Amino acid sequence: MILQTIAFYLFAVVAIASAVMVVTARNPVHSVLFLVLTFFNASGLFVLTGAEFLAMILVIVYVGAVAVLFLFIVMMLDINFVELREGFQRYLPIGGLISAILLAEIIFVGGLWALVAEVKGALSEKMPEESKLTNTEMLGQLLYTKYVYLFQLAGLVLFVAMIGAIVLTLRQRTGVRKQRVSEQVYRRRADSVEIKKVQPGEGV
Amino acid sequence: MDLPNLEYAAPEIFVAIASMVLLMIGVFRGEGSSRPVAWLSMAVLIVAAVITALITPAETKYEFANLFVSSSFTTFLKVGVLLAAAVGIMMSVGYNEREAIDRFEYPVLIVLAALGMMVMVSANDLLSLYVGLELQSLALYVVAAIRRDSLKSSEAGLKYFVLGALASGMLLYGASMVYGFSGSTNFTNLAAFLAEGATPSVGLIVGLVFVIVGLAFKISAVPFHMWTPDVYEGAPTPVTAFFAAAPKLAAMGLFMSVLVGPFGGLAAQWSQVVIVVSVTSMVLGAFAAIAQTNIKRLMAYSSIGHVGYALVGLASGTKDGYSAVLVYMAIYIVMTLGTFAVILAMRRNGSMVEDISDLTGLSKNNPVMAAMMLIFMFSMAGIPPLAGFYAKLYVFLAAVDAGLYFLAVIGMLASVLGAYYYIRIVKLMYFDEPEEALDPHPGRDLGLVQFVAGMATLLFFLVPGVLVGAADKAVFSLASG
Repeated sequence: MILQTIAFYLFAVVAIASAVMVVTARNPVHSVLFLVLTFFNASGLFVLTGAEFLAMILVIVYVGAVAVLFLFIVMMLDINFVELREGFQRYLPIGGLISAILLAEIIFVGGLWALVAEVKGALSEKMPEESKLTNTEMLGQLLYTKYVYLFQLAGLVLFVAMIGAIVLTLRQRTGVRKQRVSEQVYRRRADSVEIKKVQPGEGV
Repeated sequence: MDLPNLEYAAPEIFVAIASMVLLMIGVFRGEGSSRPVAWLSMAVLIVAAVITALITPAETKYEFANLFVSSSFTTFLKVGVLLAAAVGIMMSVGYNEREAIDRFEYPVLIVLAALGMMVMVSANDLLSLYVGLELQSLALYVVAAIRRDSLKSSEAGLKYFVLGALASGMLLYGASMVYGFSGSTNFTNLAAFLAEGATPSVGLIVGLVFVIVGLAFKISAVPFHMWTPDVYEGAPTPVTAFFAAAPKLAAMGLFMSVLVGPFGGLAAQWSQVVIVVSVTSMVLGAFAAIAQTNIKRLMAYSSIGHVGYALVGLASGTKDGYSAVLVYMAIYIVMTLGTFAVILAMRRNGSMVEDISDLTGLSKNNPVMAAMMLIFMFSMAGIPPLAGFYAKLYVFLAAVDAGLYFLAVIGMLASVLGAYYYIRIVKLMYFDEPEEALDPHPGRDLGLVQFVAGMATLLFFLVPGVLVGAADKAVFSLASG
């Protein structure tokens, strides 16, 4: 138990600290790297609550794909980040207000959960029994049995998205020099080399 | 865990696999594969319609953990959607080749959009409804922008996408509220929950209103119609023809099955919304169309108006009214596809023209096409004995039977106003002197669509029982299942 508590505080503190660093770091590449650190710690928190599937998804999707994509964009685009930061002071009041509202909402929800007995009961009802199945198995069983129809249809939606992206953006450019390996391989010496006897004193 | 019975989803599975096969054919054959892929796509859609008709269960069947429903109601809509999509592809082949936008992905995307519509129609859960709607919409956004070098087409695609995403957001928000206040997203559970007779909570009604908003966008009912004229004008004409037909039928069917099925217990609440939407759509459709000079924009406002008339039947809240909606939409689709077949044939000196004034004196140059346009315009205006008259007759009769006299009166006044701009086209074609003739050869495929749609509109009054009987049967399974 004590180990779990230590791990929780470790993950939580590092997550919050690196989240602060995401917004305050001067170098945008550092920001993105701190974002990756935040995601890792958040996934550690998910593991602690028993949601191992969410933890892995967070690492695979957010760290593996989204954050790396951010990194690419930050490094490839020539954005002047000093200019972007100029409005920081000006927008601080409204940003602070929104943060305060969000904080108040979280406290409200958490307080409700902790204090009102009815809510506590309703929430604990839906919790899966730990002994029966891991939540990866449970999600898999639902997706591939009960919701297999929707699962397949979602695949078709992605299929349409893929076709659409290709139809709307792929252009066959003419005049592009492509390497044609078969032509190179089949090229014979006789086709390309010609031996000419040059008489002395005359041109070719 | 029982395996789902895949038999009832056979048409969907067939269309999904076929779309991938078609894409493969297109990719491996490369250049010049657009024509064979288009004809194969049509064949796929028609085969799917036949399968749908053959496997219709005698009573309503639920599959895939209650996410999917199959009944005569879904069959009616699916067959309509699939045939309309097939005609849409048929009308596009020649046009796309002439305009150099003949890409093999186009028919494949239409097939996938049709699949999305089938899923929408068969939805028995807010989740499957949403996924089907997205599958359909995503494919439609892409085909709207398929002429990517044209500013207007790209604008149409982007506008449709942004507003469609907004509507999807509203729908999801409503769905989350419905889930929060009732504890289920499943239509069967929702219907049971509301049938218990407890007073529905305000949150549930607000959620329902948001769901209605999201769906009203898809059928382009006022006040969620703003995208329609721009998208219709900007998209390539065969895409517009497709937009005006199949998705309208599917979305209207979905609108009806959602309101009548799970939320039947809230009829008193949603009928107010439907009445307002219906009246504003009819009135705006009639007034705004008068000032249009572009025939595609005119058709956009006309479709808004027609949706308003169809909603009159839904507002009546009776089985006759629901069946009238289905009949109305089926007839509307035939008329619209016919009209667009005429619009697609409007070419002068080898390029498309789409102003209403370009039709001037058509009867002198191309009497057959002018006669077909005459039939469609008179039918849209609701002049007996054409099909459009019967469509309006059924919805207004249902409204009168339900005691909604004012709705019927407003509808009739709006249709008189609407008759002005339909008949103005007839006047241009028959009584004005032509300036410059349109190109004579419309192509056999367009001529066939014009002829079949024209004959169906003209001769509907001989055998109205076929369509009305099918619609009655469909509604029976909806209202009882």
